[in-house]
Amino acid sequence: MSRDYVEFTKQMKKEYTILAPDMLPIHMRLLSGIFAQYGYRLHILKYTGKKVLDTGLKYVHNDMCYPAICTLGQLLYAITCGDYDPHRVALMHFQTGGGCRASNYLKLLRKSLRSMGMDYVPVISLNFKGLERHSGFKITPMMVLKGMVSLLYGDLLMLLKNQVEPYEIHKGDAQRVVDCWVDELNRQFERNRGLRGRRLQQNLDRIARDFSMIEVVREKKVKVGIVGEIYVKYAPLGNNGLEAFLRSEGCEYMVPGVLGFFQYSFSNPETDRKLYGGGLLRALFSRVCQRALRGMEKKMLDTLGNYPQFVAPSPFSGLCKKTEVLVSRGVKMGEGWLLPAEMAELIELGYSNIICAQPFGCLPNHIVGKGVVRHIRELYPDANICQVDYDTGASQVNQENRIKLMLAVARENLERESAGREDSAPQPEDMRRIVTV
Amino acid sequence: MKRIGLDIGSTTLKCVVTEGSEILFSEYARHFSRVSEMTAEMLGRISQRFPGERMALTLSGSAGIGMAYDLKIPFVQEVYATKIAAERLLPGTDTIIELGGEDAKILFLTNGLEVRMNGSCAGGTGAFIDQMAYLMNVPVEELDELAAAHEKTYAVASRCGVFAKSDIQPLINQGAKLPDIAASIFYAVVNQTVCGLAQGREIGGQVLYLGGPLTFFSELRRCFDRTLGLRGICPEHSLYYVALGAAYSAAYEIYDIAELSRQIREYSSMSGYTACRPLFASAAEYEEFKERHSHDSDNIRLIDKPAGAMYLGIDAGSTTVKAVLCDKAGNILDYMYRPNNAHPVEIVREYLDSIYRRYPDINIVSSAVTGYGEELIRHAFHVDYGVVETIAHFTAAKKFMPDVDFIIDIGGQDIKCFKIHNGAIDNIFLNEACSSGCGSFLQTFAGALGYEVGEFARLGIFANRPVNLGSRCTVFMNSAVKQAQKDGASIENISAGLSISIVKNALYKVIRCASPDSLGKNIVVQGGTFLNDAVLRAFEQEVGREVIRPSIAGLMGALGAALRAAELSDEGSKSSILSPKQLAGFLHTVKVTSCSGCSNLCQLTINSFGGGERYIAGNRCGRPLKIRERQRYNLYEYKNELLSAYRKNEIIPGRPAIGIPMGLNMYELLPFWKTLFCELGFNVVVSPASDRELYISGQHTIPSDTVCFPAKLLHGHIEALLQSGVDAIFYPSMSYNFDEGLGDNHYNCPVVAYYPQVIKYNVKELKKVKYISDFLGPHNRLAFPDRFTDVLNKYFGDFTRRQVRSAAKAAYAAYEAHMRAIRQKADEYLAIAKEQGLPVIVLAGRPYHIDPEISHGIDRLACELGAVVLSEDGVSRRVKKFKTGVLNQWTYHARLYAAAKFVARSRENIHLVQLVSFGCGVDAVTSDEVRAILESAGKIYTQIKIDEITNIGAAKIRLRSLFAAAGIEEK
Repeated sequence: MSRDYVEFTKQMKKEYTILAPDMLPIHMRLLSGIFAQYGYRLHILKYTGKKVLDTGLKYVHNDMCYPAICTLGQLLYAITCGDYDPHRVALMHFQTGGGCRASNYLKLLRKSLRSMGMDYVPVISLNFKGLERHSGFKITPMMVLKGMVSLLYGDLLMLLKNQVEPYEIHKGDAQRVVDCWVDELNRQFERNRGLRGRRLQQNLDRIARDFSMIEVVREKKVKVGIVGEIYVKYAPLGNNGLEAFLRSEGCEYMVPGVLGFFQYSFSNPETDRKLYGGGLLRALFSRVCQRALRGMEKKMLDTLGNYPQFVAPSPFSGLCKKTEVLVSRGVKMGEGWLLPAEMAELIELGYSNIICAQPFGCLPNHIVGKGVVRHIRELYPDANICQVDYDTGASQVNQENRIKLMLAVARENLERESAGREDSAPQPEDMRRIVTV
Repeated sequence: MKRIGLDIGSTTLKCVVTEGSEILFSEYARHFSRVSEMTAEMLGRISQRFPGERMALTLSGSAGIGMAYDLKIPFVQEVYATKIAAERLLPGTDTIIELGGEDAKILFLTNGLEVRMNGSCAGGTGAFIDQMAYLMNVPVEELDELAAAHEKTYAVASRCGVFAKSDIQPLINQGAKLPDIAASIFYAVVNQTVCGLAQGREIGGQVLYLGGPLTFFSELRRCFDRTLGLRGICPEHSLYYVALGAAYSAAYEIYDIAELSRQIREYSSMSGYTACRPLFASAAEYEEFKERHSHDSDNIRLIDKPAGAMYLGIDAGSTTVKAVLCDKAGNILDYMYRPNNAHPVEIVREYLDSIYRRYPDINIVSSAVTGYGEELIRHAFHVDYGVVETIAHFTAAKKFMPDVDFIIDIGGQDIKCFKIHNGAIDNIFLNEACSSGCGSFLQTFAGALGYEVGEFARLGIFANRPVNLGSRCTVFMNSAVKQAQKDGASIENISAGLSISIVKNALYKVIRCASPDSLGKNIVVQGGTFLNDAVLRAFEQEVGREVIRPSIAGLMGALGAALRAAELSDEGSKSSILSPKQLAGFLHTVKVTSCSGCSNLCQLTINSFGGGERYIAGNRCGRPLKIRERQRYNLYEYKNELLSAYRKNEIIPGRPAIGIPMGLNMYELLPFWKTLFCELGFNVVVSPASDRELYISGQHTIPSDTVCFPAKLLHGHIEALLQSGVDAIFYPSMSYNFDEGLGDNHYNCPVVAYYPQVIKYNVKELKKVKYISDFLGPHNRLAFPDRFTDVLNKYFGDFTRRQVRSAAKAAYAAYEAHMRAIRQKADEYLAIAKEQGLPVIVLAGRPYHIDPEISHGIDRLACELGAVVLSEDGVSRRVKKFKTGVLNQWTYHARLYAAAKFVARSRENIHLVQLVSFGCGVDAVTSDEVRAILESAGKIYTQIKIDEITNIGAAKIRLRSLFAAAGIEEK
């Protein structure tokens, strides 16, 4: 059968560098380590700023969602800026599939390459829906296992780093633990260690222990939960360095892990079967995947159970349960029902100041973001929710101004809480803490 | 202790000094972007007034963030400051509505504190009103007085300033009265605030009006009062609430004010901004550039006295009126270029009069008019021909560059670009209502910063580091400029940056070109905006090519019209344009009235020109013009007819009533669901036809102001059903649509699929009825009946699977018969078109685009121009599944590709026009693909974006251009 795409050949595997857009900094470092073990040179692109977005705008339909402009912008910038020889690179793209227009990224990327006259650059897509054939690019079961496990490790490292970093006495301690563990895990992966059983459990436990050893001052800080579209939520390029901004504002923040999103994606075929019938095989397969992820997640939660100083997220099944009063599980495009469930979860965990980060005009977000906020507020009257649109045209000042407002309300609530007062106007002495310097 | 509150807003600076509850000092000033100087001056005045005193100080306001951060001055977010002030000054306040220069905010203080600010899309308010006043050519202060005298209001889009602008422009051009426009603008602001910000939360209790616009315009407050049904208060110090809140927050940091004033004066923002390369590296480079362009117009001469046959061309544009008087070769005797000042008719009259006075013996052989005001001017002065703008510009451009293959015209309000292929217009790009920007965009910014536009643009020529502002619409640009100012960009660099962003807007937003080479090799630029050297240079830099700018870049439309008039007429003929004698008796009166022809109740503007000549605008059909309609072949109308049988609500007493909202996918699935429910013994109540009133009745429950209009309209249908007293409302969620075998999957788009969920969580009243929004999948014929039985029994008890199965059978049959009827009619029309040689337009959209409230009669317009109109689903089944360049996974969109394929391989005079709902994200994917399919077969791609706006003018230009480009004669 003829293919309509450029193949990534065995020869290329030896000579080419594979470029991938950045998204979850910790997870991606683990991922590129895994690829290196199998002889691939994978570079995670760190380009940021206007030039990247301009490249995206130049080659991608401007009304396309912002994540497309960012990620394709990074890839296309890399092959046009001169840092890489376009004849010596392949582009890797991640996509989720499903009824959202985001499932079009791969085709859009190829289309852009065609219009640039660079369609000789091979594109590899990592997705849930089946891979194209590339003789030089094979995902082995071992790689899949390592990939899955790296999600687990990545989630735990991210979770604990976010909880410890704002309070550490010696700045940089938490980041050091992360760096150490990324190196350590890559070493273990190379020897096929740390992937399951006791060894995995041990690693998780040691990670939690290392974080618990970091010296901290437990002062009251505003706790922010970040939800939203999967790319914009995680990627600093996508959210104008949201996490750094929140750090500079002296907040603690929690971003739900990526494992939940994978479980959500794998649970959809089963839900589809329940709602519409058919699709038996896909439903069975999705059940197997879910079980594997559930097992991994349990290990993490068990570990966290031993460290009461850390806030542990609910298991995926807990999120599913929330859909009984929130958006039904039938809503499965984009982040679907998971997004409101995560909002509820974060509020219940004490992160009641929520930032919902979404690309401007994101279709699923009309439903599960903006569409449900009112309902969430009814269920949780204390929720302090701020929706921020990200776009090439939206200015950082406006975004930060919105977030600052949310934080001012959050600080007032925090003061009131710690003073044990019920719903009264802030007193002059509170002002010092509410007003930021 | 004295406390200073300083509110640095987007356009103004407000400052108060308080001591306890006393306000000792207050000041309000526009800062014209000179934020730090003005702040320093203001503080200087305070220190003079209270010499030697140390005071506490807090900053607030969106333009103050950077300064506060850099100088380590306490900062309080401005909305929060408002809240503090209101809680202290007027403790009983429930809701605060505050409009500022660019921000609109609503604060709900009681029952759960909530703050709403305008999102990145909702246009400015104060700035918007300024812009509109500028457009109407009245001082902004007079708007209030004008609005008070209004008789009626027009529907003006309430979403974003740019939209409203494209609503108001035609009103001005059609000669609507200024008071009515002024009031309409205020109502647009009200609607925008209520719909865009309140988003389903009711505004009530004690309401406070704050901020500049609400303080200065009593009529605006009255509009709010009327819409909200209450009486809000505009308290004392309403301009200073943010500053007061800031002052009340100032607790600890004590400053020596004179010293701080000095610090701020010295302060220049420490953070940088990203810059583009300068327009000119040196003065010599600029000289070389000017010299080169001085030869651009060598093909045309100016003549000083009439010689033989002369031709008059008029371009009645959106913001300016242009006219050219020339000979057959295009040598120009006389011209005019003036802002239209909302009175284009008067300007043309004056000009004609001056021609007759200055050249008493002139022999005008023929005349033509083009532009927005074409119809009006043509009727008023009996101009011989009306020419589509696109054709006019092409005709003129050929004079300057015979082998021109790309023309870009940036005018006051629009960007027009077209490619030329084999001597015919091949491809047309017009800016959508959204990205206007263009000339008036530069003008507005210049005005806001206190400059005249030409002067402002010149500032940028030698800017050393132009601000990189990207490519987006004006509204976004406002905040980008704000950011640049914060980052310390000079006015020169902002000016250059704006010129560059105009060019980027045109290239990457309107034309969406991937590389400059794809534009063409021989480029002519025109339109008034290119008369600014900065814009011209930015364009050449961006495309990497030298281009031709005719010296009369602003007059090209008029010249083209004159040349076209020459082409169309014999040299010996005489123009029908008003003679000096007729002109002397010329009269023009304008009357506004409602058409009583049908239930649409269009607002008509009737222009009378004496001698019984009238021109009516604002109509959506030919009825008020008393034109006898000829036989029409319109599949959109036929589809509506088919549905009308299902939309009749026959009520059999004693049966439970199910309401079905007529929107989105129901436009296709109504036959299915109605049959299903009727077979099962229900009464089915379908919501009434959409109209403006219905839309507004549901507006307050719309949670996302950027969702597409068809989805927003659904809220009105739900509201109507709730009023009709049904027992249940049925609106199922459906991830999947029917699989028609045209794509790789058969999804619905996320909005169509899950809008029932949005309705569920945002319409409170739904708790009064059974609301059935369960997930259903009729695409799976085997599983559907049993699944449906379960859902039904959740709400109504005992239906057996057998019952439902047999009803489902009837439902499937009804659905298939419906779809078949559409295809058969399409076949029939195609045969007629072939037989009679009629042009065919496949108006490709979605099923719900047949709602006249959504398509605004574009289908009828195409018919009136003489085409047979088909829909995408009428022809999509004539094509087998094929490979597409994009992921083909939505049922409705697969039809678009199939329809494009059908058109691509059909005979010559079958064309496709794609209807795109503004805000439809999926169409970002489909439009490029549909274009690619058509262009691969050498067909012209035309797209019409539709929204709640009822401006059919732009659609008309597109259709006429398509007709002209495709060589079809208009009827």
